[in-house]
Amino acid sequence: MTTVSMTVNGKAVSAEAAPDTLLSDFIRESLALTGTHVGCDTSQCGACVVMVDGSSIKSCSILVVQAEGAKVTTIEGLASDGELHPMQKAFHENHALQCGFCTPGMMISAIDLVNKNPDLSEADIRHGLEGNICRCTGYHNIVKAVQAAAAEMKG
Amino acid sequence: MSNFQYMRASALDEAAAKVKGAEDGAVLAGGMTLLPSIKLGLSSPSDLVDLGGIGDLAGITSAGGSVTIGAMTCHADVANSGDVPPALAAMASGIGDRQVRNRGTIGGSIANNDPAADYPAACLALGATINTDQRSIAADDFFTGLFETALNDGEIITSVSFPTPDKAAYQKFTSPASRFALVGVFVAAGSDGVRVAVTGCGQGGVYRDADLESALAASFSADALADKSVSSDNLLSDIHAAADYRAHLIVEMTKRAVAACG
Repeated sequence: MTTVSMTVNGKAVSAEAAPDTLLSDFIRESLALTGTHVGCDTSQCGACVVMVDGSSIKSCSILVVQAEGAKVTTIEGLASDGELHPMQKAFHENHALQCGFCTPGMMISAIDLVNKNPDLSEADIRHGLEGNICRCTGYHNIVKAVQAAAAEMKG
Repeated sequence: MSNFQYMRASALDEAAAKVKGAEDGAVLAGGMTLLPSIKLGLSSPSDLVDLGGIGDLAGITSAGGSVTIGAMTCHADVANSGDVPPALAAMASGIGDRQVRNRGTIGGSIANNDPAADYPAACLALGATINTDQRSIAADDFFTGLFETALNDGEIITSVSFPTPDKAAYQKFTSPASRFALVGVFVAAGSDGVRVAVTGCGQGGVYRDADLESALAASFSADALADKSVSSDNLLSDIHAAADYRAHLIVEMTKRAVAACG
């Protein structure tokens, strides 16, 4: 076991973990932040996407020890002071979720996308979200929501 | 998942010594292939030596008509770089998905030499040099077979240098599920002549097609390939595409790449 320390959703955390612990398992089991979902566990579906040091990554494909000292943001860290993040608001208003399983990863990916390029075309959004699979196939409204959020995040 | 020892190296010689001293050591770069392979039981190293803490292995520098990309540079950084040949940036922007591009590295991709990976084609077509902690290896001598390279046990890639081509483009026909290349063709024209590298097809991994190269050397145009065909002997055949379909796509992707060179 190794002690790992990082900042998750603005809070310093430290816990014991075996070297083969995945970041997704650490987040869900050691930190009890179960908003990060594990769908395929083979790096394809994107349900486990979290932000690590400003870039979206699949938390089922990185060891927690690789995230030592990192700044991690999960879905639970998006809202602040009871106010939804613009991406959350846009998903809500555009009915961009059906079952909701893919939604946490989808939103973190979308925020990374908008942060890096505020002037996204529809094609950019579709290409940028290729790593996130919605098995309800609700992509149309997801793209609409990301467009709406991008406009609001730009101010 | 697997019972391995993990070590985060802070210097290259420390990492090399650790890998060499391990019973069955593996170098961990971005981990986008290695970690899923361990999870699936396809790989079970005794020790993982993480290069993530060695700062000077990442970054892009250009000098004297060539650009050097550090082995730990992720695909997203190459895709967004104004210093690399545009064809290389465009290729990097099409690897895997956004999250894979944020973690996966050029060094990891090349060391793994997946028969459907994009970077090996870029290295071969552009005449890259692969620099390691021991020596420099020409791309033509580096890729030796399926998942096989000229790297010795414990030898670690430090950077890859690409000469600037006069013209270059990459076209791939992707598997809709994995975004890996069913067929990918990287065409480059420069001081080395015309080079055509094919990925996703060869039973021995990435290779150069001498016949397509000589046709394009005579006339660098898609029309020069109008009556060309390539043999399906020695091409991969699987549930995604039969060998003869891949053979057809190789010519088509080459034409598209030449057209994209402008």
